[in-house]
Amino acid sequence: MDELCSVPALLARNVRLYGGKPAYREKEFGIWQCWTWAEANDEIRALALGLLALGIERGEHVAIIGRNRPAHYWSMVAAQMCGAIPVPLYQDAVAEEMAYVLDHCGARFVICGDQEQVDKVIEVQDRIHHIEHVLYNDKRGMRKYDHRQLNWLADIEAEGRAARIRLEPELEARIAELTWESTCVMLYTSGTTGKPKGVVLSNRNIIETAKASVAFDNLGQDEEVLAYLPMAWVGDFIFSIGQAMVAGFCVNCPESPETMMTDLREIGPTYFFAPPRIFETMLTNVMIRMEDAGDLKHAIFKHFMEFAKTTGETYGMPRYRNKQSKPTLRRRVRWAFRYAMGIGFAVETIVENAVRGFFVRLRHPIEARKYFKARGPLLNLYPQPLRDYFNYRTGDVLVYGPLKNTLGLSRIRVAYTAGEAIGPEIFDFYRSLGINLKQLYGQTEASVFITQQPDGEVRSDTVGVPSPGVELKIAENGEVFYRSPGTFVEYYKNAESTASTKDPEGWVATGDAGFFEEGTGHLRIIDRAKDVGKMADGRLFAPKYVENKLKFYPDILEAVVFGAGREMCTAFINIDLTAVGNWAERNNIAYASYQELASHPRVLDTIQAHVEEVNRSVAEDPMLSGCQIHRFLILHKELDADDGELTRTRKVRRNIIAEKFDDLVTALYDGSDSIYTETEVTYEDGRKGSIKATLQIRDAKVIGRAQAGQVAA
Amino acid sequence: MTMASAEPYVTEDGRTIRGVVMELKNITLRFGGVVAIKDISFDIREGEIRAIIGPNGAGKSSMLNVISGFYTPTEGEVWFEGKPRPKMRPYKVAQQGIARTFQNIALFSGMSTLDNIMTGRITRMRTGLFSQALWMGKAEREETEHRAAVEKIIDFLEIQHIRKTPVGRLPYGLQKRVELGRALAAEPRLLLLDEPMAGMNVEEKEDMSRFILDVNDEFGATIVLIEHDMGVVMDLSDRVVVMDYGKKIGDGPPAEVRNNKEVIDAYLGVSHD
Repeated sequence: MDELCSVPALLARNVRLYGGKPAYREKEFGIWQCWTWAEANDEIRALALGLLALGIERGEHVAIIGRNRPAHYWSMVAAQMCGAIPVPLYQDAVAEEMAYVLDHCGARFVICGDQEQVDKVIEVQDRIHHIEHVLYNDKRGMRKYDHRQLNWLADIEAEGRAARIRLEPELEARIAELTWESTCVMLYTSGTTGKPKGVVLSNRNIIETAKASVAFDNLGQDEEVLAYLPMAWVGDFIFSIGQAMVAGFCVNCPESPETMMTDLREIGPTYFFAPPRIFETMLTNVMIRMEDAGDLKHAIFKHFMEFAKTTGETYGMPRYRNKQSKPTLRRRVRWAFRYAMGIGFAVETIVENAVRGFFVRLRHPIEARKYFKARGPLLNLYPQPLRDYFNYRTGDVLVYGPLKNTLGLSRIRVAYTAGEAIGPEIFDFYRSLGINLKQLYGQTEASVFITQQPDGEVRSDTVGVPSPGVELKIAENGEVFYRSPGTFVEYYKNAESTASTKDPEGWVATGDAGFFEEGTGHLRIIDRAKDVGKMADGRLFAPKYVENKLKFYPDILEAVVFGAGREMCTAFINIDLTAVGNWAERNNIAYASYQELASHPRVLDTIQAHVEEVNRSVAEDPMLSGCQIHRFLILHKELDADDGELTRTRKVRRNIIAEKFDDLVTALYDGSDSIYTETEVTYEDGRKGSIKATLQIRDAKVIGRAQAGQVAA
Repeated sequence: MTMASAEPYVTEDGRTIRGVVMELKNITLRFGGVVAIKDISFDIREGEIRAIIGPNGAGKSSMLNVISGFYTPTEGEVWFEGKPRPKMRPYKVAQQGIARTFQNIALFSGMSTLDNIMTGRITRMRTGLFSQALWMGKAEREETEHRAAVEKIIDFLEIQHIRKTPVGRLPYGLQKRVELGRALAAEPRLLLLDEPMAGMNVEEKEDMSRFILDVNDEFGATIVLIEHDMGVVMDLSDRVVVMDYGKKIGDGPPAEVRNNKEVIDAYLGVSHD
C-alpha cells in the first residue's frame, strides 16, 4: 500500500502487471501509434534522466504547455520522477496570461508542444528572467531558432539514455524520496474572478481520489479513454494520469483538435468525460442531419426516439459492472444476442402485420379496409415488458446502435458530464440511447470529485451523492462545504486565499449554493453563492438558474442575465451559429456573418419566443419568479475567452462582461429600442480590431406577480 | 551533378546561397504577333525563394510556364541543373523534379484530400497497372511507402481533419493548401507557386506564408513564387524579378527592388508632364 504513494511508483507497478498492454496511443500520420506500459516507462525514464542531465532540482516547477500528446503526459511524470512539480498550462492562453502564471510559479524549465508555444514563451522571456531551458516536442519550424536555451525533447531523451549509468542512481534516489505528502501537481484555476491561483495537490490528494473513483465505477485495466480536454484542467489530470495510472488503462490522444470527433469514433472509449457543451454540440449536429434525412429515415428515427424516452432507462443501459474487468468474449456474445433479438423481432413484426393484412383483405371488401388501421400483435404471445424489450432491441439495430456508433459512444460504460448544468432533454436523449451518462460535481480544489451519481440513481437535476471519502455540509446561507482526502494542500504563494477558502479543520467552501434533496440524499446546486443576490425590491436573484434554462435551447449558446440590485432582470444572448445558421439556410435567409444573422428580425422573434417560454417556467417557482427577463438583446459578437469574456473553461465572467458592455446594459434599463455600439475584439494571434453594430432591444412578456400566484396555486 | 558556378550571396536571414538550379538565358516567347516575354535572363539558385512580380499582363504566368516546360521559348535557352533543357512533355518535366500549383485551383474535386495528394506521387510509382490492380506484394509495399510520405505532408500542412473529405467541399483556402500538398508530394527540387495567396484573407495568408517558409526550410525545396501581395513577396522572398510588358525591369533582393525607380514607375505609373 505505502509504496504506491506516487505516480512514478504506480507506473512501475503497471509495468510489472501490464507491461505488454497498451498504455498510450496517439494518432499520427493517419495511424494509431501505440506504446505499451513497458515502452512508455522506457520513454519516461529516458526523459527524466535527460532532465537530470540538464540539472533539474527537487521541488522546482516545470511548466508544460501543449495539446494532449503522450510526450506531454510523459514529461509530467518525468518531472515527478526528478522530484520536480509539473505545472500544465492552458495552451490557448495568449502570451500575457501565460506570463502571469510562468512568473508566479517561477519555472526554470518550460516544455512546449510546438513552435507556437515556444514563440509565446520567448515573447515573455524578456520580462521573466528565471526561464532557463525551453524544450519543445514538435520540431517543425524550429530550425532557425537560437538553440542556446532551446532543446528538442527527443534530444534530451537521447542524452538521458546516454547518461543512464551515470544518472540512474540519482534518479532512483529521487523516486524513492517521494511520499504521500510530496506535491503531485500544481494546477492553475481558470480564474472566473481575478488572477488565476495555483492549487497545490499532493500525491495523497490525487492518488486517494483516483483510487476511490476507480472503485466507485469499477473501472478496469481494459478501459479506453480519449484525452482531449485541456491538460491544464484538473479533470484531465485525474482521468488521464490519476485514474489511468491507478487502474492501468489506456489513454488515447487525438491527432489534432479538429479530428477529435473522428478519433472518438475510431477509439470507441468505454469511459468518457465531456462538459455539457460537447454533448449539446453532438446532439445539435445529429438533429441538423436528421432534418436533412429522407422521410422514411426521419419517421423511423422519430418513432424509435419517442419509444426510447420511456424504455431506454430500463432496456438500453449496458450491464453495470459489479466487479472489475470481464472477458471480452462474453461481451461479444451478449452483443450478438441482442442484435439477433432486434432483427428477429423486426422480422416478426413485419410478418405479423403481413398476416394480419392478409386476413383483413380476405374477409372485407376494399372500402372497408381503411377502417382497419389498428396495428399491433396478432396474438398476444408475450407480456408488454417483453414486447418493449424486443421493440427496444429492434430500435437498437435500426437507430440507437448506428447513432451511437456515429457519435463514437458505442462502447461507453460510464460517461460523466460536469462543469455546468446540462439540459434535461439533452441528458435524457443520451440516457435513452443506452449511454450511461451521469453527472458529477467537483472542482480543482477537491481533485475533482465532490459528489457523483451512482449507477441506477441518475437524474438530470441533481449532481449525485457525496463521492467516497467526501464529507459535505451546507452552511446557513446555503453554501456547500466539503472535506475529503482530495482536498488541496494550499494555494501556491497565497496563504491569505488559502485561509479564506479552507478552514483549519479542512472544510473547503465551494462557492456554490445548494441543498440536499429530502429522501434521496442527492445534492442539488442552485447557483454560485456570490452570484445569488437580491433585486431592488428584495426578491431572490439567481442568474445562473435562468441562464441555464435559456441555454437549454439549441439556438442559444450563451446567456448573461443582469438584475442584482435592479427593478427587473434583463439579458444578453449569444445565438448558436450552427443551429441558427442551419435554420436560416432552410428558411432561405441569407447571412454573411454572425453579426448579420444575430440582428435578423426573425431570429429575434425566435429568441423572444424562447425567452417568454423561460419566463413562464421561471414564474412557476414562487421563490424565483422575480428573475423573469423583461428585456433582452442579442449580442453582436460571440463571447470569447480571447477577449476575456469567458474563462478558458468557457464559463461566463459576469462582471467583466457587465463592465465591457456597460453601454448596452444601460440601454437595457433606460427603455430605448436600439443602441449603437463599438466593441474591441482580439484575434487569435493577439492583434486587436473592432466591430460596430446597432442592436435591437426587445421586450419580452412576463407573468405578473398576481398571475404567478395563480400558477403557483 | 554539376552546378554552374555563380557568385554566392547571403540572404537576409543569413543563409549562403550558391548553386544555380536553373538558368534562363535570353528567353523570348511569342504567340503569333504577340510578344509575351522579351529577352529575359535570370537564374534560380539552390534553396532560395525566388519571386516574380509585376502588374497584370506582365507575362509572369507565361514565364512560369516556360520554367515548368509547358511552353517552349521561341528564342533562348533554359538550362536546368547545368544542362540545356530540350523540348519535352510535361510528365518528363515532372520526373525531373519540377512541381507546381495553379492560379485557378486544379484539383480533382470529387476525390478526397488524401487521394489528391497521392496523385502527386504518381511519377514515383514503379509498379505496373497489373500488379496494382491485383494488389500484389510489391504494389502493396509501394502503396504503403507512398501513403507514409503523403501522411507526412498531411501532418506538415495540418490538414488531418479533411483527410477523407472530397476537396470540392472544402473552402478555398484549404483547397490551396491541398494543392500545395500535391505539389510537395512529388518531392520537387523546384517548386513553382502561381499566386498561392490570391483570394485569401489575412489569416489564411499568414498560414500560407508560414507553410511556404517551412517548405523551403524543412524540405529544402527551391521555390519560385508569383504573387500580387507585395507585403508577402517582400517578406518571403530572397530575390525578386520584376517584369513589366514582357520585359525584366528589376532583379535583386527585396530591399533593392523596392527602391528601383523603374519598378516604382511600373507599379505607381509615371506622370507625363
